Amino acid sequence: MTLLPGTDAPRTPQEPHGPHTGAAGEPAEATHSRITLNVNGTPRTLVVDNRSSLLDVLRERLGLIGAKKGCDHGQCGSCTVLVEGRRANACLLPAVAQDGYDITTVEGLAAADGERLHPLQRAFLDRDGFQCGYCTPGQLCSAVGMIAEAEAGHPSDATDPGHPAKTPVALTAAEIRTRLSGNICRCGAYPNIVAAVEDVIE
Amino acid sequence: MKPYAYVRAATLDEATAAYAGHSGAHYLGGGTNLVDLMKLGVTAPDALVDISRLPLDGIELRPDGALRIGATARNSDIAAHPVVRDRWPVLSQALLAGASGQLRNIATAGGNLLQRTRCPFFQDTAKPCNKRRPGSGCAAREGSHRDHAVLGHSPHCIATHPSDMAVALAALDATVELHGTGGERSVPAAEFHRLPGDRPEQDTVLRPGELITAIVLPPHSAGLPSAYRKARDRASYAFALASVAALVEVQDGLVRRSALAFGALAHRPWRAHRAEEALRGVEPTRAAVERAVDAELASAEPLRDNAYKVPLARNLACEVLTRLAGPR
Repeated sequence: MTLLPGTDAPRTPQEPHGPHTGAAGEPAEATHSRITLNVNGTPRTLVVDNRSSLLDVLRERLGLIGAKKGCDHGQCGSCTVLVEGRRANACLLPAVAQDGYDITTVEGLAAADGERLHPLQRAFLDRDGFQCGYCTPGQLCSAVGMIAEAEAGHPSDATDPGHPAKTPVALTAAEIRTRLSGNICRCGAYPNIVAAVEDVIE
Repeated sequence: MKPYAYVRAATLDEATAAYAGHSGAHYLGGGTNLVDLMKLGVTAPDALVDISRLPLDGIELRPDGALRIGATARNSDIAAHPVVRDRWPVLSQALLAGASGQLRNIATAGGNLLQRTRCPFFQDTAKPCNKRRPGSGCAAREGSHRDHAVLGHSPHCIATHPSDMAVALAALDATVELHGTGGERSVPAAEFHRLPGDRPEQDTVLRPGELITAIVLPPHSAGLPSAYRKARDRASYAFALASVAALVEVQDGLVRRSALAFGALAHRPWRAHRAEEALRGVEPTRAAVERAVDAELASAEPLRDNAYKVPLARNLACEVLTRLAGPR
């Protein structure tokens, strides 16, 4: 499969978003679309095959190889990124359906100067929250999203049903474990991942 | 994966028109199950009609006390909604028992109802499966089927429906609102999914091109003690082996009304009318609850590998019903 060349130029009136009919000779029914993704604060406009997952576009078109392809079926969580601020499995999201959305990948977590790590990245280093590191970008993005969810009062199956709505949920170890259960670590670094998250929320 | 066209609908009518205008079209909500099935080759649409940005994500309490949950509301937002947690807690609990935090952020209410079975033979295009390819046979019947149905199955299909949410909706007497070219209609959530019979390819009563627009929780099931309990192979992020959604209203020491639905036992959420009937007007002692649940499960027809599901479901139901009927 040859992907059409993309452009990183901002969208122009001459190149409307949506179905991209491409060069003469292509089928009338477009199978490609022009989209803009706001990735780590930068708008990136490109033409994508409608079949491309957000994960493949990030990794293969935009050079952001932090998000990993583990199972490619939404079961392992190693592709987790933030879409409009909420954690999501990038392998299950058609990139074309994310047109216009803000995407944050692990590359966007650290300060823009590239010098200061996100507190969770620092804590994963301090606590040895990984061995091989393959699941780590997904664990980090998932933990960032998860902490925001708990702060906004989103319950989990470990939350007391009587906990008042819209008030922050305290992240006990049991809460952290169930809320991060969508991120599998084949090395079994879970105890240190939980410790790292606990460090940051304190 | 087969190349496909993509259409983003801005209105309901645009969505149904786009569906009608493309042969082999599928609606795209969150895509958590559909995209997976496309990767597996189980589903091969020629066009996706994206309905995820339709203004159908509201959750509104109506003047009559019913709650209308828009079809594109995300599973995580429904589970966290103050009115759902306060008035229909079983729904919040069922949603939180399913999938992962990431998936719940993506998955929509309508898509949750329309997800397909996780029967491994359905997902493997090299295997016969009457649901995937009508008339090809059922590989699960002789294959490993510990996860499969014990109630309401047929010689053609022994798959179960994987949704947790749908089990709670069945117990709550929820209704599903539908929009099609023929107009609007609504069906009880407990009758939205079908039993397999000789047409297992037909999961639901949805007509071609019809869209789910909302799920409505009725006022009569609001504010009652209710709960969801799920047994699974690991403590989090796994499909149910058996699950139970229940609500119980006790007045003057007697059961005025109860509702019980089982998940992961059948091709659809299994509303336990026989058990409910047996409990009506009686004192909810442990023995009375056991008798009622046993009356329901007497019709179970377990297969070679899944007889364990019957006592598992029985114990879950007895525990939840007894707890809900007990002193509060």
